[in-house]
Amino acid sequence: MKLCEAKILLNAEVVFGGHLLDKEVTTACGADLMSDVLAFTKERTLLLTGLTNLQVIRTAEMSDLAGIVFVRGKRPSQDVIQLAANNGIPLLVTSWPMFEACGLLYSGGIRGCSSPQGVHHES
Amino acid sequence: MKADAGLSLEFTLHGADFELAGAASSKIKRILQQVGVKSDVIRRIAISSYEAEMNVIIHAYHGEMRVSIYPNRTEITIEDEGPGIPDIKLAMQEGYSTASDHIRELGFGAGMGLPNIARCCDAFEITSEVGKGTRIYMMILH
Repeated sequence: MKLCEAKILLNAEVVFGGHLLDKEVTTACGADLMSDVLAFTKERTLLLTGLTNLQVIRTAEMSDLAGIVFVRGKRPSQDVIQLAANNGIPLLVTSWPMFEACGLLYSGGIRGCSSPQGVHHES
Repeated sequence: MKADAGLSLEFTLHGADFELAGAASSKIKRILQQVGVKSDVIRRIAISSYEAEMNVIIHAYHGEMRVSIYPNRTEITIEDEGPGIPDIKLAMQEGYSTASDHIRELGFGAGMGLPNIARCCDAFEITSEVGKGTRIYMMILH
């Protein structure tokens, strides 16, 4: 699925990266624990989170994530948006809470990082 | 630069500086991209480097990070001045953490950092002295 399709499913607003919405999203992950994101996600994963700090952007950068969706209408501050812009990481905001947002993406066909096509590969 | 000399980088890390936390790992990642290391290898280096960098920011007062990029591998050594780790075996267990609630609110301190570093690296060593600090060596083959 492309990021623009996820945006429609979540009725999300783009905070940064309107030009990056044709990025492919293979899996998604809902987490507020960045350590879990670093440990268990695959590249090109879309992260749904309730955290809006700089560490979320750094985590996405290190893990090669496809983008970040902030749930329950949470908005990152300007320095957070700037760091995402510097790294080309799309940021979206949805008013859906975490559980519903994950459910909408799952119903739309996006799978989790533990699914067969989303297994964390160790090389 | 000699063919086998590697590319050396050094960073100074400051405990509790959450604004700059991850900046060193970000620079390392960009340089690895510039020298053409494979993206899945860069990802493992970036994740382990970032986890180790965050450990210094979260737990220590000060740290030095030295990175050597060779054609076939990247080596990272981080030495910090900090409280040290009394029981490394315990610290290596998934879920064990001494981080404060403030750190947990940032999304860290879940006790996944050290095990995650060990999983990403081809070689990993950790030594620590209580009251002095901790030294981590990481090596990842390209």
